[in-house]
Amino acid sequence: MIRLEGVSKRYPGQEKPAVEHIDLDIPEGEIVIFVGPSGCGKTTLMKMINRLIEPTSGRIFIQGEDVTSVNPDQLRRRIGYVIQQIGLFPHMTIGDNIATVPKMLGWDKGRIDTRIDELLELVGLDAKTFRKRYPKQLSGGQRQRVGVARALAVDPPVMLMDEPFGAIDPITRDRLQNEFLRLQAEIRKTIVFVTHDIDEAIKMGDRIAILREGAQIAQYDTPRRILSAPADAFVADFVGAGASLKRLNLSRVRDVPLSFWPTVVVGTDRAEVLSILRQSDKGSLLILDAENRPLRWVTARDIDRDDIPLEEAGLEPEPIVERQATLQDTLNLMLDSSHGAVLVVDADGGYLGTVDFATVAQAIQGMRREARDQLRAEAVELSETRDLAPP
Amino acid sequence: MVASRVQEHPGEGRYGQARAMLRGPAGAGPGSSRGGHAGVVAVTFWEYVSDQQDRLRGLMVEHAQIVLTSVAIAVVLGVGLGLLTYRTDRPRHAVLAITGVFLTIPSLALFGLMIPPLGLGTKPAVVALVMYALLPIVRNTITGLRGVDPAIVESAQGMGMGRGRRLLRIELPLAWPIIVAGIRVSTQILVGIAAIAAVINGPGLGKDIFRALARVGTPTALNQALAAVLGIVILGLLLDVAYLVIGRLTTSRGLRD
Repeated sequence: MIRLEGVSKRYPGQEKPAVEHIDLDIPEGEIVIFVGPSGCGKTTLMKMINRLIEPTSGRIFIQGEDVTSVNPDQLRRRIGYVIQQIGLFPHMTIGDNIATVPKMLGWDKGRIDTRIDELLELVGLDAKTFRKRYPKQLSGGQRQRVGVARALAVDPPVMLMDEPFGAIDPITRDRLQNEFLRLQAEIRKTIVFVTHDIDEAIKMGDRIAILREGAQIAQYDTPRRILSAPADAFVADFVGAGASLKRLNLSRVRDVPLSFWPTVVVGTDRAEVLSILRQSDKGSLLILDAENRPLRWVTARDIDRDDIPLEEAGLEPEPIVERQATLQDTLNLMLDSSHGAVLVVDADGGYLGTVDFATVAQAIQGMRREARDQLRAEAVELSETRDLAPP
Repeated sequence: MVASRVQEHPGEGRYGQARAMLRGPAGAGPGSSRGGHAGVVAVTFWEYVSDQQDRLRGLMVEHAQIVLTSVAIAVVLGVGLGLLTYRTDRPRHAVLAITGVFLTIPSLALFGLMIPPLGLGTKPAVVALVMYALLPIVRNTITGLRGVDPAIVESAQGMGMGRGRRLLRIELPLAWPIIVAGIRVSTQILVGIAAIAAVINGPGLGKDIFRALARVGTPTALNQALAAVLGIVILGLLLDVAYLVIGRLTTSRGLRD
């Protein structure tokens, strides 16, 4: 889909090239992450794809076309671009921001209007409310979504994202990352994504290119392989300690068995609710609404008092995740929750089950075992080569 | 604005002014006055103003015209210079230094310096006023354009906006509130300085001030000078309000507080 051939970038007056002779294939429909320490040239490498930085030598192909010689403005209109600061135009409404590229491509007004509504809905913003607003009236998370919508305006096959979640608080970031992954499952764009955060790389990437200085590719592989078989000491260092725990970012809720939690549908008789709670081994019980969505957590004391209806007693049904959430996010939420369990719901908010510590612990044990087996296999392999080697 | 030539020598009116009181910085030669009403006893300021209101209004319009004409030319030149130089260090410093020097030349001297190449009248006055108006406009244009968040410019470029489109659609609109503030300052400066243009026979309320100066001691001199100064102050306030309104109307809602 995107192919870099011997791409280099030298700045005049600098001895070392910023990027030196890179060959890289980026497959269609995948998220490829460029990750590395700051100053490694990952952003330079990405910006050469849409020629915000002109390569000194080498060629870049997108869908088989050599783009190093086409008109750069025309090229950029075909490539979605999202940067860390988002860069929404503050003097334009959200609608006009999204319409920027369609207008340049001469779309008619009706088509642009339809597209704006479609895109806002796609990124989870109400079109009626938001299209007339200005960027300053939006929260950081909302701006980020608009940035993505704007990049998707003309449905480009390729997107470049430069630390797109970098300037957002950690909780919102997790949510936006999950949303983006769900969106990507739908739109299947070819995405080049730059970050300095290895955890984000593992979570978001189908493939990760770990870069060292001069944008040299230390390893280009799937997250799983990078965690389990780092190519060299640099990669191992960069991935850091706890590589096996990092795999919590690779496992998702849908990969582990869900646990049972006692539930009742709202409207059930209090005596019966109490007896269900008593028969379970849990201290609290989950009330579901008529559509099977979590409504409240209640304890025996909440059930006992008659003055508050059950659907208002107890606590908010938190935390909630969907099935594509990573175990890492789920564990973080669990540590903050009072019940030691995270509720799992489907896309419509319907209750599916819970994930508890035991489940996550089991997953971690599995990963540890896998890592240990791998290390043992390496040990065996190495000792065999030594034995075979002539003295 | 409609051009209106004010009669230099209103024939009637108790306080009709003497002809040729004002010719050059010296404020006219010794009493060439014909038909002055030196004998009239002092009248109040407001009586003077109401008696002369048509003529004063005419002078005020003239004054506004020369100021706005000069500002308009200065905007074209100043914004143009700002656009040409804001991204390059040396030309930018040079432009700011030169326009800065213009503003430090004493106004009487600058108007005087205009006489050899351009003679007397409106044209040299406008040239001098444009020189005074340049610095605030150039400086604010440069400050405004340089103050645009580079991330916004980069995302515009990354979306395929070429240089010209980026400037027109993104950078200028974002810098606009600051540029308008510069134009406003220039206008305020010119409203005052334009009065001096009368020394080279330029139009406007300055004429009355210099006439009065030349006749200090006569009964109407003070009223005449005060009325002209008042006219200048009022014009300044009116233009200032106009700029507030224009600035607001031409600035995107997304940029206002």
